[in-house]
Amino acid sequence: MNALSKDMSGPLALFANRLNTLAGPERQAAAGALARTGLPDRKSEAWHYTALRALGKQDYAAPPAQVDDGAVRALLDEVLRAHPAMAGLPRVVFVNGRHAPAFSALPDDVDLAFFAQAPRFGLQAAPDRDPLVALNTALAEDGLYLRVPAGVDGGHVMLVSLGVAGAEPVSFHPRHTVVVEKEAHLRLICVQAGQGAYFHNPVTDIVVEDGARLEHVTVQTEAAQAISLGTLYAHVGHQSVYDSFVLGLGGQLARHEVHARLGATRGVVHVNGAQRLAGQQVGDITSVITHAASDCTSRQTVRNVLDGHARGVFQGKVLVERVAQKTDGYQMNQALLLSADAEIDAKPELEIYADDVRCSHGATVGALDDEQLFYLRSRGIPEHEARQILIDAFLDETIALVTDATAQTFCRAVLAARFAGKGDVA
Amino acid sequence: MSQFLEISGLCARIDADGQEKQILRGVDLSIPSGEVHVIMGPNGSGKSTLSYVLAGREDYEVTAGTATFHGQDLLAMEPEERAAAGLFLAFQSPIELPGVNNANFLRTAVNAVRRARGQEELDAVAFLKMAREAAKALSMAPDMLKRNVNVGFSGGEKKRNEVLQMTLLQPTFAILDETDSGLDVDALRIVAEGVNRLRAPTFSALVITHHQKLLDYLVPDRIHVMARGRIILSGGPELARQIDQEGYTKFLAEVA
Repeated sequence: MNALSKDMSGPLALFANRLNTLAGPERQAAAGALARTGLPDRKSEAWHYTALRALGKQDYAAPPAQVDDGAVRALLDEVLRAHPAMAGLPRVVFVNGRHAPAFSALPDDVDLAFFAQAPRFGLQAAPDRDPLVALNTALAEDGLYLRVPAGVDGGHVMLVSLGVAGAEPVSFHPRHTVVVEKEAHLRLICVQAGQGAYFHNPVTDIVVEDGARLEHVTVQTEAAQAISLGTLYAHVGHQSVYDSFVLGLGGQLARHEVHARLGATRGVVHVNGAQRLAGQQVGDITSVITHAASDCTSRQTVRNVLDGHARGVFQGKVLVERVAQKTDGYQMNQALLLSADAEIDAKPELEIYADDVRCSHGATVGALDDEQLFYLRSRGIPEHEARQILIDAFLDETIALVTDATAQTFCRAVLAARFAGKGDVA
Repeated sequence: MSQFLEISGLCARIDADGQEKQILRGVDLSIPSGEVHVIMGPNGSGKSTLSYVLAGREDYEVTAGTATFHGQDLLAMEPEERAAAGLFLAFQSPIELPGVNNANFLRTAVNAVRRARGQEELDAVAFLKMAREAAKALSMAPDMLKRNVNVGFSGGEKKRNEVLQMTLLQPTFAILDETDSGLDVDALRIVAEGVNRLRAPTFSALVITHHQKLLDYLVPDRIHVMARGRIILSGGPELARQIDQEGYTKFLAEVA
């Protein structure tokens, strides 16, 4: 193991102490893969637009065993307060990557287990292909295993991930697994929030079995100093639906990376999202949707509102394998730039090997529409309010794609609480 | 005390594809309180530009002249201040606002104007009651309040939505820019009735139209003919009928 340490240069060195004391074949293999590849830099195609320089120069320690319960309570209350229905939903709360039973209200109709007691790395996330998955595999301490038994409607479950850190940076790498068995149904609402300087690096392995349905909404409101790099793998079965949406608002650097695989016929995948960023924030929504069977449908609509010096990144690849005839794919990325210094980097990719498919994609970038602004103002609506109405409307058209009404209202409430009356130019 | 609306020597230009184009070349027009005036004129004569300049659209640069409304310098005011002061422009091509619910839009506008006028804001219940009644009077389908502003509306529905906004915002001066265009006879009557309901000694309107038909319902006080960025002729209601029968050519030749 000590042989690894000399290879850990660059940002990887920030984790070297912890990577050199690993036990178990999966972790050691992951650390070995990391030592070979290092953490990605801009020469890596998948990370060309999103630099990990933000990780900084200070070592990332494991989170302390004790955290301030008052701080956790305050963060959780803020999440639950956004919408009256939230407090009544079953929830599993993680604090700094570790399950916090005192703050959880566990669901009844689903099967739960925790990685800390029974590590499960899942089948899809491959450390040798993705360094951030490798880092997670090496350093994962805990995570949720959630299984909805066949035919069961699991209702709503919230997975709340809170980071509580001080000035000394900590990192946590939870490893979650969600299995929705045949003909089962789950509405999963993931919330990420926190305070202080932390690096949140979750990996989530999702299986939606034949005829099952998972509605999955992620609301990312990480702390202003936080770095959040999440990777999610979803396997979608025959006639099953993985309907996902991410609302990206927080963090200094955040990436939501989704790999969805339509592995059997007539599956449906939605990878929708919205980001609203300002200041120096960087927000990255990256996805790879693989059509590996015929007659499947994928939909992706992502909208970005970028103010100040914020930068949005959209990378969306749709891969249609040779067997995936009658594929119906649609991808659209749109950005609204509210300032001259805001930026969007969009990289849509279609890679199609089947010959009987319908795939379309598009991208737009623009400022607020002068005619629309004038129309609103001519009706007596002050300029800052008119701007806010148009920004809200732009994002709301994607939030309207969220099929779970509770999650949809929650998204709107979080946005409203964060941005009420902030239509002014930054 | 100056008149209700006074426009004097108004010149305005627009920057079109890097070229400055002078559109208004000295418009003189005065509209007293309580009157309906009509502007007619060939396409491109500056009628819509005049309406945009009065409503405060920033694309146009006013290069000379004045416009006062209730004695206030209209041209120094923001568009929303003009609306609060009582000016309303019914757009020739109403703008679509995807993602903006029509009822929310109307309520936001009404309350913004009420706030600026020192009136109490309306709560959702009181507003909806008022909006539904006004929509019904314009024979609008009830679901038009629930839809996004002008999105997927037919031409006629958009024009009715303009008149609905005008009804709710209670302006003292309304500019109707070809509100009659694209309307069938029944819709035309409904729209005209919407305007007539507002008529009062304290309400004036400036109606831009090409057609006599609307004027059968609205019964104007004065007709002005606009050409090449100026008012070239003014007269009584009979002038509109004369233009309807004979066209503009004769009048343009007289001033040429």
